[in-house]
Amino acid sequence: MLTDQAGKGVHNHTPGPGHSAQIPLRTGGDLLQLVSPEGERISHPEFDIWVKDIGDEHLCSLYEDMTVIRRIDAEATALQRQGELALWPPLLGQEAAQIGSSRSLRDDDFVFPSYRESGVAYVRGAHLSEIARVWRGNASYGWDPLRINLATPQIIIGSQSLHATGYAMGVQLDGANTAVLAYFGDGATSEGDVNEAMVFAASYQAPVVFFCQNNHWAISEPVRVQSHVQLADRPSGFGIPSMRVDGNDVLAVMAATRVALDRARKGGGPTFIEAVTYRMGPHTTADDPTRYRDPIELEDWAAKDPILRLRKLLEAKGLLTEDVEARVKSKADAVAAELRASCIDMPDPQPLDVFNHVYSTPNSWIERQKDHYSRYLNSFNQPVEEGAL
Amino acid sequence: MSKLTFARAINAGLRKSLENDPKVVLMGEDIGSLGGVFRVTDGLQKDFGKHRVIDSPLAESGIIGTAVGLAYRGYRPVCEIQFDGFIYPAFDQIVSQVAKMHYRTQGRVKMPITIRVPFGGGIGSPEHHSESPEAYFTHTSGLRVVAVSNPQDAYTMIQQAIASDDPVLYFEPKRRYHDKGDVDETLDLSTALPLDKAAVVTAGSDVTLVAYGPLVKTAKDAAMAAADEGISVEVIDLRSLAPVDYPVVEASVRKTGRLVITHEAGQSGGLGAEIAASITERCFHYLESAPVRITGFDVPYPYSKLEMHHLPDLDRILDGVDRALGRRNSLSGLEG
Repeated sequence: MLTDQAGKGVHNHTPGPGHSAQIPLRTGGDLLQLVSPEGERISHPEFDIWVKDIGDEHLCSLYEDMTVIRRIDAEATALQRQGELALWPPLLGQEAAQIGSSRSLRDDDFVFPSYRESGVAYVRGAHLSEIARVWRGNASYGWDPLRINLATPQIIIGSQSLHATGYAMGVQLDGANTAVLAYFGDGATSEGDVNEAMVFAASYQAPVVFFCQNNHWAISEPVRVQSHVQLADRPSGFGIPSMRVDGNDVLAVMAATRVALDRARKGGGPTFIEAVTYRMGPHTTADDPTRYRDPIELEDWAAKDPILRLRKLLEAKGLLTEDVEARVKSKADAVAAELRASCIDMPDPQPLDVFNHVYSTPNSWIERQKDHYSRYLNSFNQPVEEGAL
Repeated sequence: MSKLTFARAINAGLRKSLENDPKVVLMGEDIGSLGGVFRVTDGLQKDFGKHRVIDSPLAESGIIGTAVGLAYRGYRPVCEIQFDGFIYPAFDQIVSQVAKMHYRTQGRVKMPITIRVPFGGGIGSPEHHSESPEAYFTHTSGLRVVAVSNPQDAYTMIQQAIASDDPVLYFEPKRRYHDKGDVDETLDLSTALPLDKAAVVTAGSDVTLVAYGPLVKTAKDAAMAAADEGISVEVIDLRSLAPVDYPVVEASVRKTGRLVITHEAGQSGGLGAEIAASITERCFHYLESAPVRITGFDVPYPYSKLEMHHLPDLDRILDGVDRALGRRNSLSGLEG
């Protein structure tokens, strides 16, 4: 149910499974890390319990998903260079943030992404053709949002944070225990909508998780232009607890997201997660980061590569067998081939489709324009008599 | 049949919608215990609870943006924007999200959101409280835009707007809130005039006069005054601004051969321009004279001591009728 008092319920929600999901209102603090950049498992007294069920097989499947979405990203970038996609927003470097968070969700949770969450779409069950067609220009949407509980890619920065909050208010009205997760980037935290979303979410204690992928660059603008303080320090002013996690550490991302989702489902209210990661590629295929980014910075972050880190952990645990490597590679190749085929084989939309679905009920203005344009198109099929004007 | 003020009629329509559909929720600033600054939602929170009549934070983009999420979840939010001039912070959510979600998702996700906006001037308010922003929204595909002019329409059209699976901007003429009129509360929505239809409210044969919202009353008064001079003016209440019901306007102009359009909003790029162009395209050969627009000026809404000069009144409309008829008027002798 909606609560009226700002802040009410922040500290007195029901604890998690055999554990307290209480998150102190953050006023600074360290990065949550469960795996070091060298691939060593770092023990954490509070968060270990949230990933204790992640056994060897589970770890390998996370590795597989991360590898597959990196392959999707590479293939889509190639398809764009070959003129098959109009544009592509690469996710290179953000695999742990996307897989760790989306693999923490339940099917009945609802997700509001930005435009970069193709990895999330893959995990949620979007078909590869559905991921491709928005960027090919064949549709403004790919998947049915209500089939996989994932809203369509949102281009307007931060807009979806309000949609997620509103959806979460609806969840409260329904008395359901569904959680809602909104993805946005560091740049979005400057937008009014993200700030308004935090006001609404805190006021009504809506079950929403704000998942900010701080990839350090909003096109050419570094995060220091967006914020004078750490992004995770902002939500406390709204009465929203936050966590700052290593976004290249898939286990840490999972632990933090699971805590926040659990908290939301149990009526604990909103949580903000800052996943500190790095966009290793361009903003989109139309961007040129060499114009604004120091190559040394890129090198530094390449050393913290999320997939490399998980590989090291798997190696240390003796899990990276030839068998696993072969299986993952074959899966990634198959997915890439399917993406390519479904992209190239995609039929073009029909001219009159441009008029479809503007309204759910007939609209006389559009019907007239559709009729006139249809007549115009048909005029090309009319025989022209000799000498006719 | 009961005698209700405009504001009470909307209130009764909202009440009926809340009763009939548990998915209807009201959101807005001060709409709860205060009942709205114009008391349009008076008593609704008391009767339906804080979960269905929600006092929102003071954030217009937040009100509309969370309504988008509620609609995603299957709710039918009715948002109140306190004053016309306060809608601009929500403009992005309205035109980029509410309007386009159905198209974007190829019909998978519907946005049955009603956005109530008290609009127009004439109440002596400071700036940002008297604007007519309707043209911004009629220019946006995916939105339906209506303006109500009398208590009966206010009562039925708010229910139709809420029942519509498309988003509806519902403009309420705030200077008419206290006007009283007969309201048949038993009227069946299925037999009421549909939301996208115009109405001929005064029959006439010499000039077609198109108005909507607060100026329908002024237009009817002008028609009565014209009748004293032997001029027969047909007044059309557009009701729907997007889409405009052109067949009704066209049929009238074919009969009268002359068209005057009036609105409070400024002239350039306004609805009058659109109607003049469309009617000229559709029935050029029936027109005896160029369409005439009597509108607010292309100035920011003026301070209240001057608003009577900005707002079209009975005399300015009659002068426009004279221009359409080629009778002596204020611009007689002016070329071009």
